[in-house]
Amino acid sequence: MSSVRVLVGTKKGAFILTADGQRRNWQITGPHFAGWEIYHLKGSALDPNRLFASQSSGWFGQIIQRSDDGGKTWNPPGTKPEDLMGPDGMPNGKSNEFRYEGTVGTHKWYDGTQHPWEFKRIWHLEPSLTDPDLVYAGAEDAALFHSRDGGKSWQEFAGLRGTKGALWQPGAGGMAVHTIILDPQNPRRIYVAISAAGAFRTDDGGLTWKPINRGLKSQYELPDPDAEVGHCVHRIALHPSRPDVLYMQKHWDIMRSDNAGDQWSEVSGNLPTDFGFPIDVHAHEPETIYVVPITSDSLHYPPDGKLRVYRSKSGGNDWEPLTKGLPQQDCYVNVLRDAMAVDTLDTCGVYFGTTGGQVYCSPDGGDSWQTIASHLPPVLSVEVQTLP
Amino acid sequence: MIRVVLPYHLRNLARVDEEVTLDVPEPVTITATLDALEARFPMLRGTIRDHGTLKRRPFIRYFACKEDLSLEPADTVLPDAVVAGTEPFLVVGALAGG
Repeated sequence: MSSVRVLVGTKKGAFILTADGQRRNWQITGPHFAGWEIYHLKGSALDPNRLFASQSSGWFGQIIQRSDDGGKTWNPPGTKPEDLMGPDGMPNGKSNEFRYEGTVGTHKWYDGTQHPWEFKRIWHLEPSLTDPDLVYAGAEDAALFHSRDGGKSWQEFAGLRGTKGALWQPGAGGMAVHTIILDPQNPRRIYVAISAAGAFRTDDGGLTWKPINRGLKSQYELPDPDAEVGHCVHRIALHPSRPDVLYMQKHWDIMRSDNAGDQWSEVSGNLPTDFGFPIDVHAHEPETIYVVPITSDSLHYPPDGKLRVYRSKSGGNDWEPLTKGLPQQDCYVNVLRDAMAVDTLDTCGVYFGTTGGQVYCSPDGGDSWQTIASHLPPVLSVEVQTLP
Repeated sequence: MIRVVLPYHLRNLARVDEEVTLDVPEPVTITATLDALEARFPMLRGTIRDHGTLKRRPFIRYFACKEDLSLEPADTVLPDAVVAGTEPFLVVGALAGG
């Protein structure tokens, strides 16, 4: 019988929630890496027992962890005895070394001056769909790294920062590559999204990039609302069967592109507010999408204290609130951009976590919800693995 | 043998007890001690000193014999009591405040 494994990153550690295909009874393990911020964990689609985790701390910096047994044990990649010493006699220990390539360069700073890129942490890890040793990492300050040795060492795709990087500017939450989407039908095509720079695409495996922000309008955030870069894209999602159709939760506005990001149009429709962070797509219905409307950029909690997921079955514009099982009064949590995911069981499960430490699961595509964890630290990310 | 005390999270990362002992070549400087520590526990690279520059991370402090050595040059020789193994060299996570 199929089962699911939910990987939850929080402000104070990682948790792994498991259940059988009914998704009614849940077991929770953790905290893993207790006390550390876990921005993201994700499993390989090729080897579901291979998990990667981004572990960070204001004191001790960045750590990358890898599990090869489904999360039972973890190690920083490259710490096996045969990996310990490099040819110069120094320890390798490079799994947490993220070095910007070439001349580091500068980006726009809050006061309008130029500021050097400085590595802070990894926000998102995206294992390859074709090679279990290849994994991508989205960094703050914004850059895309990749590892071809299972996370032991990392190299930057510097061409991304070459795409008008000098004009990128951090928002209040920093400036990070927070979304990495691999085209399942074209291994050389990758999408990334950066706050606050916009969306970008490569068609040559990461060497060269182009901004894909035409149609986005940011009249309250940018002096030129139609600027080529600078938009605060919060999240992008696609369905594997139609990789040219992209959905976006921008700072404000839900957007859709039918041509791989070359042009976007707004599909916010009848939403009560189109500000929010996550967006995701049903596993079996490419036109069914989910968002969690948040009051505004100034009020990061649901309107009227009611936690409502909104679903569109038409690829946007027409939205319905999903409330059964979700708190409908006095709820003032947020749902962060990487904290929503879907499983691929026959009745698609939808999951999200909140800054209040709850994790919710809908085993019926959003019609009803159950609380599967109640009192975790603030949830930073949620990923789901559907296991045979 | 040089005794080094690690903060809680780095102990867990390196899977060691509070205190580790290291062979450190003379002269026993801050750099030589941390080099020996990282050689034995490579998962600690980048957590105390930045990769590349080997500068102390901003919220890490070095204490020994009731003295704060954090701002001393990296080639500072550690106090005799640390070199003799009667006192430990402490790697400390700075106070967070609040």
